[in-house]
Amino acid sequence: MGMLLALGYDKMTNLHKLAGYQVSQKIKNQEIFAEEYISLVFERISNVDSKINSFISKNHESALLKAKQIDKKIRNNEKLGSLLGIPIGIKDNISVLGLKTTCASKMLQEYVSPYNATVVDRLEKQDALIIGKLNMDEFGMGTSSEFSHYGAVHNPWNQDYVAGGSSGGSAAAVSSLQIPISLGSDTGGSIRCPSSFCSVIGIKPTYGLVSRYGLVSYSNSLEQIGPMARTIIDIAMTLNTICGKDSSDSTSTTAATLDQQFEYKINTVDGVLGKNYKVGIIDNLILSSESQVMETVFKKIDLLKKHGFDVQKTKINYSDFALAAYYVIATAEASSNLSRFDNIRYGFSHNPQGYEWNSYSSHVRSNFGDEVKRRILVGSFVLSAGYYGKYYLKAQKVRNAIKNEFNKLFKLFDVLILPTMPILPFKIGEKGAKPLDLFNLDIYTILANLAGIPAMSIPAGFSKKGLPIGLQILSNEFNEQILIDIATFFENKDKFNEWIPNI
Amino acid sequence: MTRTESKTQQLGISLKNDDDDGNVDENIKIGLEIHSQLTRLDTKLFCGCFSNYRDIKPNENTCPICLGLPGSLPLLNKKAVEYASMMCISLNCNIPEKITFYRKNYFYPDLPKNFQITQYNSYELSSIGYDGLISYFNDKVESDREEKTKGKTVRIKRIQLEEDPGKIIYEENNSKINNYCLIDYNRAGVALVEIVTEPDFRNANDVRLFLNKITNIFEYLGVSDPNLEGAVRCDVNVSVKGGKKVEIKNISSFKDVEKSIIYEITRQKTLSMHQISVKSETRHWDEKRKITIPARTKEEEDEYKYFPEPDIPRIVLGSGYREKIKNNMPELPIERLKRYVDIHKLSNHVSDILINNKKVSDFYEESLKIYNSPKEISNWIVNELLSKTNDLEKNEPTDNKSNKQRGFISHVTPQQIADIAKLVEEKSINRNIAKDIFGKSIKTGESPLKLIENVEIRKIRDSETIRKYIGEVLSDEKHLIEQSSTNPNVANFILGKIMKKTGGRADPQLTLKLIRESIERK
Repeated sequence: MGMLLALGYDKMTNLHKLAGYQVSQKIKNQEIFAEEYISLVFERISNVDSKINSFISKNHESALLKAKQIDKKIRNNEKLGSLLGIPIGIKDNISVLGLKTTCASKMLQEYVSPYNATVVDRLEKQDALIIGKLNMDEFGMGTSSEFSHYGAVHNPWNQDYVAGGSSGGSAAAVSSLQIPISLGSDTGGSIRCPSSFCSVIGIKPTYGLVSRYGLVSYSNSLEQIGPMARTIIDIAMTLNTICGKDSSDSTSTTAATLDQQFEYKINTVDGVLGKNYKVGIIDNLILSSESQVMETVFKKIDLLKKHGFDVQKTKINYSDFALAAYYVIATAEASSNLSRFDNIRYGFSHNPQGYEWNSYSSHVRSNFGDEVKRRILVGSFVLSAGYYGKYYLKAQKVRNAIKNEFNKLFKLFDVLILPTMPILPFKIGEKGAKPLDLFNLDIYTILANLAGIPAMSIPAGFSKKGLPIGLQILSNEFNEQILIDIATFFENKDKFNEWIPNI
Repeated sequence: MTRTESKTQQLGISLKNDDDDGNVDENIKIGLEIHSQLTRLDTKLFCGCFSNYRDIKPNENTCPICLGLPGSLPLLNKKAVEYASMMCISLNCNIPEKITFYRKNYFYPDLPKNFQITQYNSYELSSIGYDGLISYFNDKVESDREEKTKGKTVRIKRIQLEEDPGKIIYEENNSKINNYCLIDYNRAGVALVEIVTEPDFRNANDVRLFLNKITNIFEYLGVSDPNLEGAVRCDVNVSVKGGKKVEIKNISSFKDVEKSIIYEITRQKTLSMHQISVKSETRHWDEKRKITIPARTKEEEDEYKYFPEPDIPRIVLGSGYREKIKNNMPELPIERLKRYVDIHKLSNHVSDILINNKKVSDFYEESLKIYNSPKEISNWIVNELLSKTNDLEKNEPTDNKSNKQRGFISHVTPQQIADIAKLVEEKSINRNIAKDIFGKSIKTGESPLKLIENVEIRKIRDSETIRKYIGEVLSDEKHLIEQSSTNPNVANFILGKIMKKTGGRADPQLTLKLIRESIERK
């Protein structure tokens, strides 16, 4: 690695602070080798992750191999992908060929996926490096990334605090400058909550924009895969790569029937201002959040007003019913999705001798974590004899009512603004014993999942103690460009991409 | 008017079953749940694995989707919806404008996801077909056909499209000693159509006839080959008045369907005779002992926790779908029957025999293409080819009738039938000789035209030789000369004798002339 010496010590130590697009540029311009950069990333991970616990499994050998291939491609003047040499971490509920997909559960401790999720195929096609699998709440069920068979994820801003969940590993790895970009999944806020708690950008795309093929289902009708990064350019680039029709996912093809080519752009601030976006402020939800969260969000609103945005107050009426509807639908679907994990075909080592089918099944299924068990029980109950109409059907009606309410709001506004989370990050272990308290934290994020609309969390500021606060922005379905524009505005004014934890 | 009544009027069939032939019992109700694989599909219902899983090494015809691996999603086979729709149309079912798939949740190791993707009508009418009606015939009294072929009908409650589970295999002979079993998922995900009838049957024989009728229809539609092992399975519900409904599962052949019904009726009647009430239960058919045995208690419908499959959005077929499918459907047996009677001018009886087996009917059609004489061709197939097949069968067990007919037909070609028909019709060959030649043709595979040429070459046209044969016959049976004065058929009788002696080689015209001469002379 002669090049390393040539670059000089100072330049090398700061490479991990670069955004993905910058890394890609430097590799393309032959300022650094892909191999050099990835080696540096490995070093950073081994230095930092013992404090964060964001990775469940690492893919360093094949990432290194791929990096060498990229360097060779450059030498041979071959066609290069848009995510050239960027290491990307994958939440451990998204399938990567040859890697374990544990969903942070003991139940899948030894399950190795024999195929790639569509999003992984698309990333690799653009020369990204799949660097490892990221920690999470077991099967995506949680708001804190504490419910993992592999231990809690620690918040890079203060390691006594939770990283948020369920994509806590994805947010923390990006926030702690281990990797520039990761993929998470969002069923009821699982991308946005940890993005808010760790001060990164995360987007849950419109339902159907990104293929779910290869994502281990928690609640099929609510969830989407989305990118998490420190800069809006990285978000747009990654989203451009993974979005669009996929013939392997029927819900992607029917939702995105427009057959349009999705290509998100980074506009200039003047360009964004020129679009005269109408901004709705979800007043009732801002006012019911914690005071420091509320104050921070109001500061952002003032910034918008200052730059001439048309800002008006509005509210969401159905938010009270949303939580109940969300938990009925999510747990019903989860109870069915998770029934396949019986350890008969794959899972973890366990000698079946002495059991017959039914006793074996119930015995091994006792290895789910408590939170997962709780949701399987609730889901089985709401689907059981005679309760379908009372719960599942009613929840779907609430869901439709929420969709209609958003449809009306988006006739008045281009974008809606509210906090991502009503509270500040809390300490690890603080809320573990109170499941309902944790459920209540999801109220602000589940709305977008129920309505199927896109939602983004961007860094908004910090509490007095230095804990991150996130701003949530919503737009109508397939209007991700508006979210990117608003984020571009704030990134430019606040320079939040330069907010980096001291780790 | 109920849906069924209006449908009855449309179709012009009587809903009232003809139950007066002594063998039916008003107190017996039998309903069926038929599972038919769509064996003619290339791929499984939700993935790209082969639909034909037979003869593939265990678990090699699988992929992440049909193994239900984490993260995989089902992808509906469009052709399967079309095939199932054709089945619905052939059974006069309604097809809804929108169809939905549901998850039926239950644990069983042959089910990779521990739920089956199926359809369910309790929350909305969204299965591929519902409210059908089909007539079939009870033609077991051969001698009195016209009297006994009054229509019988069965109502179809619903038809649904679903996935087949895998197979659990117990190693042979020692399943009780073995404390393990093997699972083969090659079959998992194969497209299955479930047909649920109303309990409109009154006896086992009718059930058998109905099953033959609908599997024949499916063969005509080109959606399923009922001869493949496990392609068509049938569960049976039987209830006798005063008792509860009993479901019989695990029946592997149609013959056993019949047997299990007869057994179950007897069992239930015996119980009620002894004032023991028949309880609602699921029983298994024990193939070896030919009895039904109690199975584990049947789970109630609602315990399956049905809900709409979130990975397959509701499918909008639209209002024109039924017509579109119908217009592109292969000819149904009933339509073929009508064509044979109306256009080919065949009798109902002959037409019926032809259409009852698609292979036979296709054979007839192929022969017609070569020589267009429906009467003669159908005669050779029905009276010669099939009766020879039936003769063969009399000496063997009657199982797998259709297989045998196919086997027989497979080495006779339509060309042979067309040739023999042509010989008879155009060259006015004696029918007996023609039969003889046909028999030889079947045995050797040689063309009847070739065989008749040989006969022509070796033909005896020498008057002296023929006179010698006539002399022999007349000296053996002297009474013939006396009879000849009163009975004009004697000449033909003698001709027959001579043909037998000469192996059909004597020139019939010349011989008949010489016979008449010698009778008159005497």
